[in-house]
Amino acid sequence: MEFTEEQINRYSRHILLPEVGGKGQKKIAKAKILLVGAGGLGSPAALYLSAAGVGTIGLIDGDVVDLTNLQRQILHHTPDIGRPKVVSGKEKIQALNPDVNVSMYEERLTAGNALKIISDYDVVIDGVDNFPAKFLINDACFFADKPLVHGGILRFDGRVTTIIPKKSACYRCVFKTPPPPGLVASCQEAGVIGVLAGVIGTIQATEALKLILGIGRPLTNRLLDFDARKTQFREIKVKRNPNCALCGDRPTITELFDDGDPYAGCAVHP
Amino acid sequence: MQVKINGKSEEVRSGTLLDLLKAKKIEPQMVAVEVNDKMLERSHLATTHLNEGDQVEFLFYMGGGR
Ligand SMILES: [Zn+2]
Repeated sequence: MEFTEEQINRYSRHILLPEVGGKGQKKIAKAKILLVGAGGLGSPAALYLSAAGVGTIGLIDGDVVDLTNLQRQILHHTPDIGRPKVVSGKEKIQALNPDVNVSMYEERLTAGNALKIISDYDVVIDGVDNFPAKFLINDACFFADKPLVHGGILRFDGRVTTIIPKKSACYRCVFKTPPPPGLVASCQEAGVIGVLAGVIGTIQATEALKLILGIGRPLTNRLLDFDARKTQFREIKVKRNPNCALCGDRPTITELFDDGDPYAGCAVHP
Repeated sequence: MQVKINGKSEEVRSGTLLDLLKAKKIEPQMVAVEVNDKMLERSHLATTHLNEGDQVEFLFYMGGGR
């Protein structure tokens, strides 16, 4: 694959970087990245990854754009209200960079479709809003052996971590199961400062690009927590847990399952 | 005694990790607990005692993303 003169211009600020160069830019152009959720976290990730020239971006989301989304979901604009998020997202991505192929999945990720979809991609970005889905993505990436960049946002707090299955701590190594539904507040009740989606989603995109390029040190075995009130990052070391039900020594989770009701709630933080 | 909780030094009563959670009104099912960089099983919260200088992390679930 050779770049056109226009592409060399478009990506010149990447190509100038010794860590990227023409070779790295070609890796980006061949990369396939799946965004699970085309909402708050998925929006900045989609925009920066398409600007970067990622060859294929997969968007999976079963929802339509709602007025309350626009405070943070910058992939969608006011005239998109009522339109499927994957359709609105594909338009913005291709307006920004027609080099990018966009695969749309207008559905929810489930135990039934997850492996089939994920197996087509190099890296997965978690941009979903509920715990059963976060556990499902974690498990599916483990079984499909795909690196996962996990993210979460709530009120003024955000968290990112990168998971390389069988090599670094997975989500279940730390949080065994979704929290009991009765104790969980819904996203609508909890609220979130919109820009937080930009901070966390952009770090997720950074991690995905590093994985594609094979450069730097991935955010593995570390939870990076961000407190927007104090503008403070804190890193918490985590380790693979030998008792992990998924990736531990004696796993009890041997196939995908939907771990709870995805509508039960999305947010917990006392 | 002095321990570090989520990076901040705090004076706490001696006791188990479960006592500490209760004192802080944290529901054990809502948190993953790490002591000195080691994950603590929930079933061991009641039997693990705090020691001077321990570094305790309460990791809360953080959902959201939409
Ligand atoms: Zn694990």
